[in-house]
Amino acid sequence: MSNKASITLKLFATLGKFMPVSADNYRIEPGTSVRDLIAGLKIPEEKAKLIFIDGIKGELDSTLNGGERIGIFPPVGGG
Amino acid sequence: MKPGVDIKIRIRELSNRKKLPDKTPYTGISVNNIIDISRDSGISCREIEIASLEEDIIPERYIRNMKSFSATDQATLLKSMITIVGLGGLGGVVTEILARTGIGILNLVDGDVFEESNLNRQFLCTENLISTPKAEAAEKRIKEINSSVMVRKYAEYLNEENAAGIIGGSDAVIDCLDSLTGRFVLERASKKSGRRLVSAAVAGSCGHITTIFPEDPGLKLVYGDPENAPNKGAETSLGALSYCVSLVASLEASEAIKIILKNGSLLRNKLLVIDLADNSFETMQLS
Repeated sequence: MSNKASITLKLFATLGKFMPVSADNYRIEPGTSVRDLIAGLKIPEEKAKLIFIDGIKGELDSTLNGGERIGIFPPVGGG
Repeated sequence: MKPGVDIKIRIRELSNRKKLPDKTPYTGISVNNIIDISRDSGISCREIEIASLEEDIIPERYIRNMKSFSATDQATLLKSMITIVGLGGLGGVVTEILARTGIGILNLVDGDVFEESNLNRQFLCTENLISTPKAEAAEKRIKEINSSVMVRKYAEYLNEENAAGIIGGSDAVIDCLDSLTGRFVLERASKKSGRRLVSAAVAGSCGHITTIFPEDPGLKLVYGDPENAPNKGAETSLGALSYCVSLVASLEASEAIKIILKNGSLLRNKLLVIDLADNSFETMQLS
């Protein structure tokens, strides 16, 4: 039996097009890094500029155990 | 020249006892009386309004502020200086709000002129102002709204050379720029001259805003190292929607006013992120 956990995923601005249908209940392997997550979603790494895990800034190397809320922003600079 | 005793007597003579809609009594003075006293005395409307507030006589133009601000707060705002860098979508709305709120001195910085693609979201841009310098339009708009506001207009782009001179002395600086490179130039100058900076950016229906004091890590937490940051972001493909721009601009004005009045809580080391597509508003911890 698979040991999968799930996260809630929110991709902002231009990253919206990479949002999976199951974003509210996205299945991951516990211990997956954010880097692996975005690679799996086919998001170019340089576009994942700002990563939030449960409302706190995270990094590409941050690991996910399931249950987290993930928000990812590309660079946004318009005024 | 500062208003003397005779000016204060004149202010009192021209004031009226009135009541707020909730029946709270107050003493007010009309815009036209302020302008008349200024014309007769040669003292600026701004100084007359400050003197009036010090006598607890409220200029009618600010009366709807007065359940949120004290007379002292309003006078503090009139004595304050804010620099608005970028007079496009964010900057146009920020300018409008700060002029109406009664910030005494506004430094306006933008070397650009209006073009047709600005009409969807830039409140200062009208059909007859295409090709007009944005700084010129902003100054004209402020004078129409509030003749007490002193304007210092810089129809030039902010750069490493002119930044310190423009923002020096500002009680708050507001980043309304449209490039990441420009934002880092402004942040460096703000930190160097000890200014408090409010910075926001938008793309499509998304936006974010943060407040940066000189000792805070600041924009590198949002965009990464300046050396590796692109000049433009998602707005290049998404553009920007008027209702998102004006919302985020309102938040910038609110932060700047709280900085000056030293009240409320600020978005220091925090990023308020917004997406109007699904009504998400969340304050994230940056450090």
